[in-house]
Formats: sequence, C-alpha cells, structure tokens
Amino acid sequence: MNKVVASADEAVRDLTDGITLMSGGFGLSGNPENLILALLRKNARDLTIISNNCGTDECGLGVLLQNGQVKKMISSYVGENKTFERLVLSNQLEIELNPQGTLAERIRAGGAGIEGFFTPTGFGTPVAEGKETRLIGGRWCVLETALRADFAFVKAWKGDRAGNLIYRMTSRNFNPMIATAGKVTIAEVEELVETGELDPDQVHTPGIYVQRIFQGSNYQKWIEQRTVRPRPEA
Amino acid sequence: MALSREQLAQRVALELKDGFYVNLGIGIPTLVANYIPAGMDVVMQSENGLLGMGPFPFAGEEDADLINAGKQTVTMIPGASIFSSADSFAMIRGGHVDLTVLGAMEVSEQGDLANWMIPGKMVKGMGGAMDLVAGARRVIVVMMHTSKEGESKVLPSCTLPLTGVACVNMIVTDLALFEVAGDHLILKEHAPGVTLEEITAKTAARFEVAADFSQMRFAPVPA
Repeated sequence: MNKVVASADEAVRDLTDGITLMSGGFGLSGNPENLILALLRKNARDLTIISNNCGTDECGLGVLLQNGQVKKMISSYVGENKTFERLVLSNQLEIELNPQGTLAERIRAGGAGIEGFFTPTGFGTPVAEGKETRLIGGRWCVLETALRADFAFVKAWKGDRAGNLIYRMTSRNFNPMIATAGKVTIAEVEELVETGELDPDQVHTPGIYVQRIFQGSNYQKWIEQRTVRPRPEA
Repeated sequence: MALSREQLAQRVALELKDGFYVNLGIGIPTLVANYIPAGMDVVMQSENGLLGMGPFPFAGEEDADLINAGKQTVTMIPGASIFSSADSFAMIRGGHVDLTVLGAMEVSEQGDLANWMIPGKMVKGMGGAMDLVAGARRVIVVMMHTSKEGESKVLPSCTLPLTGVACVNMIVTDLALFEVAGDHLILKEHAPGVTLEEITAKTAARFEVAADFSQMRFAPVPA
C-alpha cells in the first residue's frame, strides 16, 4: 500500500470549485500549512470549509478568505480573524457556528456512520433553532446531524506510506476526526517514514482513513499567544 | 471597593476542592490557576485536548504544538495526557469535569447565561462554552457586576442570545457573590466595603439575602 504523492500541489490536483472541505487545526496549531497554500495556488472557489477556526488574517485558512475562495464556513470560533468578521457582517460569507463539542462530534459521527445524535448542548439557545428537540433521560436535547466532506486536510507529526498517522501534543485537536470524515483524506506530515517503522500501539489515525500522504516542508508553526514565565535564578 | 481581577480569581479559587478536574475560561477565569491552595491537587483541563495543563513555559521553551484553548503556549505537568477534540468534549459533555469557570455578558436569576454573541455587532462564535455549561458538574460565572454604562449584568432574564439555560450554579462579581437556587438568586457575600444597599441598587435581578450574608474571603497569594 503506497499512498504517497509527490507534493501538496499533486495532492490537491482534483479539488474543484464548489467542494466541501474539512481542515484540521485548533487556532494555528496543527494546521495543514502546505495543503492550504496549495489550495490557494489552485484557486478553487465557492468552497464550503468545515474547521474549528478560520486562521488569522495572514495565516492558516485566513489566506483563502483573503483571496475570496470561501463561500461558507462551518466553525465554532472565528474571533481571531478581522477579515472574517468584515465578510460576515457585509453578507459576503455564510457562517454556521457550532458549539465546539457539537462540531467535533458531528465530524466524528460523519466518519463513524452515525447520521445524528441528541445532545443537551445548545438547548434553549440559537443553536437549537429549527432543530428537533426531545426530552431524553430527564434532559432536553437537540438533534445534531453528521458532517462529511468531499476532501479532508489533516496535519500529523509522523506518517508512513500506508497512511498511518501520529500527532504531536495539542496539534492533534480536530485532526483525528477530520481524517475519518473525508471522502478523500489528504495527510501532510513533518516526517514520512517507511511502512512498518511506526509502532502500531502508538498510531492515532489508522491508515484506512487516509487516501493521500506527503511530507510537508517549510513549516511556520505560528504561535498566536506567546506566553512565557521568567526563569528562576540558578 | 469593587474587587480587582486578581481578587475575583482569589475568591473563585476558594471553590476549588482537592482532586478536582477543572476547565477555566479565557480572561479572569484563567487567573484562578494562580491561587490553587498549597497542597491541593487540582488538574486543569484545556478543551483543545490536554488534561494536566501546567504553567507558561520558560522563555525559549515555547512549542507551537503545545497550546491551551486560549491559544497561549503552555506546559504539561507530570501525569498529563493528550487527546483529540472529540475525546475532550466527550470528557466535558459526559460530566467528568468537576468545575468550569467562565466569563459572562449577562446572567439571569434562573441561572441562564449569555456570553457569546451580540447580534449585528460581534461574530466570534461560542467555542466550547455551550458544551462546558451543559456538561460540567458545576458552573461558576465570574464577571463585573455592571456594564461600562453602569447597567446591571445580573438580570431577571437575559436579553442577549443564550449560551445555556439554567446552567449557572454561582455568580461571582466585583461587588457580590450569589448562588443560583433553582428559580431565584441568594445573595451570600459582599465585597469588602460594598453595602447591601449598593448591591441592591446595582442588581436588576430579584434575590433573597442569605441568613449568613457575610464579607467575601479570598484565597491567599501562594508564597
């Protein structure tokens, strides 16, 4: 099994206008940086993007917004992005905001063949408007449906030719669920190894979910809030 | 005298208990971690997928792959664990987190919370707040008692879009501390130097005054 493609540009060769795309990452951590830039170069438009955040004005998915490629975002928090707010308030961008846990679970459900689930999260709030509600186990719940996408972008630390992935620390975030919910899932990794080199016990995303993989380059790994403490005197 | 941000955090810290797993929101709630009483074992959860969050790293040791839900660089304590966002919210929604502390724009006397949206003005999103208030075992709101215009933020009912219905257990403001008792509030404490008259004048919600109404105490600043 060899799923390796030569480059990010080859990996996004068949992404066309109007597709639905999922992208891993929380803030700017664990972003598929190479794939986002390849999609910018490809200039596919009218995209519906499912991702927890939408980058910042200059980094991550924000560059696709700046380039006018995005029709709709399905997210939970987009507060770091001034372009986003401007486009939404002037009706140039559709937005569907989800509670973060609901978003994660809708994606997980999509990958797991679960068409919907009832959750108390969001009951009595604007999130529940137009959705079926039901009293279950003494709690009012909202029906939420699965999310899937034509393509899914994920970023991992290590991967092998068979598509097995290992993430590093909190750059894992939404990547594992998103890997399961794409018709075509494309993984970019910091280090691509030969099949058999990863310890099966340590694999986070089994290769069955990944259709294309490549080793990325020139990772920026931006830090949004660089917070430190003083080093104690020696 | 109204409380400072640090004093608000010091009051909330008295609500921590040994063995608690706690999720702290952005802003004043984050400061609560600075006042965990000595000898108390409290584990911090960050909803982007980290249990056992430690303090900020030393300069030069920041790692873009290790952040908290506020996108700040952090560290891990010994015994920490990492998981996906779906696992993280299963933990939150499954009722495994003992306490969450969040900021608020408005709270009602039934314990409804509004803290994520001003229609036509702000498009940021609710992040994990709706999941946290629906799933955590105990919800404490910490906020300024009034808006910049002097309007009460503790209301008979919220005017802004809700984050959750009847989800708040305790309200800590720079003037007072209320417990939510089903359909009404009980005023338990006042900030030092703040009178019952001032609290009454600045609170739009109905409340009863607790029999043991007293002055707030604060967790000490760790040595």
